[in-house]
Amino acid sequence: MTMEFNRKHILGLEELTAEEITLILDTAESMREVSERDVKKVPALRGVTVCNLFFEPSTRTRSSFEIAEKRLSADVLNFTPSQSSVVKGESLLDTARNLESMGASMIVIRHPMSGAPWLLAKELKSSIINAGDGSHEHPSQALLDLFTIRRIKSRIEGLKVAIVGDILHSRVARSNIWGFMKLGAEVRVVGPATLIPDYIRQIDVKPYYNLSEAIKDADVIIMLRIQRERQEFEFFPSLREYSRFYGLTREKLKDARDDVTVMHPGPINRGVELSSDIADDPGSVILEQVSNGIAVRMAMFYLVASARRSA
Amino acid sequence: MSILIKGGRIIDPFRGVDEKGNVLIEKGKIKSFPKDTKKFERNDKVTVIDAKGKIVSPGFVDIHVHLREPGYEHKETIRTGCESAAAGGFTSIVCMPNTNPVNDNASVTEYIMLKARTEGIVNVFPIGAITKGEKGKTLSQIGEMYEAGCVAISDDGMPVMNSKVMRNAMEYVKAFDIPVISHCEDSNLSGNGVMHEGDTSTLLGLKGIPSAAEDIMVARDITLAELTGTRLHICHVSTAGSVRLVRDAKKRGVKVTAEATPHHFMLTEKAVAEYDTNAKMNPPLRTQKDVETVREGLADGTIDVIATDHAPHSEDEKKVEFDRAPFGIVGLETALPLSLKLVEEGVISLNDMISKLTSVPSGIVNIDTGTLSAGARADVLIFDPEARIKIDRHSFHSKSKNTPFHGWELKGSVLYTIVNGNVVYSA
Repeated sequence: MTMEFNRKHILGLEELTAEEITLILDTAESMREVSERDVKKVPALRGVTVCNLFFEPSTRTRSSFEIAEKRLSADVLNFTPSQSSVVKGESLLDTARNLESMGASMIVIRHPMSGAPWLLAKELKSSIINAGDGSHEHPSQALLDLFTIRRIKSRIEGLKVAIVGDILHSRVARSNIWGFMKLGAEVRVVGPATLIPDYIRQIDVKPYYNLSEAIKDADVIIMLRIQRERQEFEFFPSLREYSRFYGLTREKLKDARDDVTVMHPGPINRGVELSSDIADDPGSVILEQVSNGIAVRMAMFYLVASARRSA
Repeated sequence: MSILIKGGRIIDPFRGVDEKGNVLIEKGKIKSFPKDTKKFERNDKVTVIDAKGKIVSPGFVDIHVHLREPGYEHKETIRTGCESAAAGGFTSIVCMPNTNPVNDNASVTEYIMLKARTEGIVNVFPIGAITKGEKGKTLSQIGEMYEAGCVAISDDGMPVMNSKVMRNAMEYVKAFDIPVISHCEDSNLSGNGVMHEGDTSTLLGLKGIPSAAEDIMVARDITLAELTGTRLHICHVSTAGSVRLVRDAKKRGVKVTAEATPHHFMLTEKAVAEYDTNAKMNPPLRTQKDVETVREGLADGTIDVIATDHAPHSEDEKKVEFDRAPFGIVGLETALPLSLKLVEEGVISLNDMISKLTSVPSGIVNIDTGTLSAGARADVLIFDPEARIKIDRHSFHSKSKNTPFHGWELKGSVLYTIVNGNVVYSA
């Protein structure tokens, strides 16, 4: 018995049900199997044009989406705003409408402003896949984190998950909170109080300001990247002080469970939020997260494409 | 030309009148309230309007309007803004100085007055800027603007952060006895926030404007009003904290008045869900608790006035990323049915509602309208409080259609708007 996926867009995990999330993860298992073949290609998106519309620099996410698209045999159009009419002042909507006129029926968008994918979903005919919007959501990252953890721990329900760092500005945090909570995990957030919005309690996430307390008995620790480019220094005094209180080291990790899994969405600021000995640990899953990302994104395309066909 | 308004329920809160009767308008003035109408009805020169079952009140006065001209004529002009006002039942509007150029000197004031005289179908009263260019640094030509027709000063939208500058403005206007109208916002604290800081902003990942950004400035400006003795009017109160501060100040006898907009007493931050840019305004939509407290303030008189903060923006400007969209919504054509909702829900009486939309705002900026006394200028509104309507933004007379109330089913429709004895709008 398989459930239907009826969504034309994937904008965030907030609006997905636990069943839908599980379906994406299950589909990603089959996609992972495709990625292990000699010929890593299936025809699911043959004749479909997918446009990658990235308004922010990204190596990992953009490459991962592109590989996923190609493994599903899609025609891929990469759009980078610095080389385009955006610098001439064209609006987001006009840009996207032009790409749609060129035949794109799926648009993957990464944008520095929260909600930008919603604008496209409201106004366009294409399917919109959110590849990260402002401080809002980054659904594919959370799905690959869930996928990775489910493979390691064989479950999500009942796990204690601590998310460490800049929750205020993090789209990875928001998507992970929704994903882990919906699948039955307990989620805590920790960081300097300037970066931990107290309003997060409304969805039963508990805020902490002390790292040891927050990671006590944790099964999973998700370290967020400190975004140096965001000039965080109004929120805490220095990177050194941040690292001292919220950077994860081998020593501090003793408070968590012995079999704790440490994750990081990358790119890592070594020695700031994560010490190198943890990042490079043979048991580290950080690189596995990257390869799982392709399978999860293939699953997202696959399910949205079949929802479009049956609509 | 004469107009006889026959058989309506006349409500004129300024004189404490609420009775069935007739109104005779002659030569632009309220002439009398004749008991016997037969001789007027037989006279060809008298236009008779049957107002049976309808309400006849002074024309509404909106002391917070953005007309956008000069400089932003693609959003609104003085002509279209006045047409929008007339369609909403407003016979007098007071316009904010954040045009381009800013209304910070007499030439701009004169331009607005001239345009309003030649193209505007309702009375227009400009507000001058407190500081040159609304930059918060040096005082604008306040005296000359007063002579040219400005009825108040305000740096609406660009709060004066420097307390010394604000104090000087409050001292300086004493010579002209005009109020200082303050958009209360600590712009360091609000930063580049785009909505209320709270549950919704946290989940949507949008930068928040905390309630404290408003409360702090309300407290400061009340303190300065106390220090200087100048009349202070606080714009668009949106927080529970502001209501408490104004209430306390009034108890102490500080000369402070306050306004609330229909959107702040009808909507909460939740209206922003799915990034609706028509729910983006400054001050932002707040929480349910704030809405309730603003309503209490309206009920107990802490909030004196209902004003719209009519802020037109074009479709293209609003159809963008939420962060990029300008703040504000149009309000002139939705104010009557939204205010009547307060009456229907028992928050305020119909008489109070009319008073907050007529004589109280006209008193704050000291303009000679807002009552139906014999001899007063004939600015009259006839409306049907029971007519069922569905708000349709495409039918607005305003050049802009940015409203979060599109599709709302409410009661209350404007039948006639009469300015200086002329019918400028009829349904």
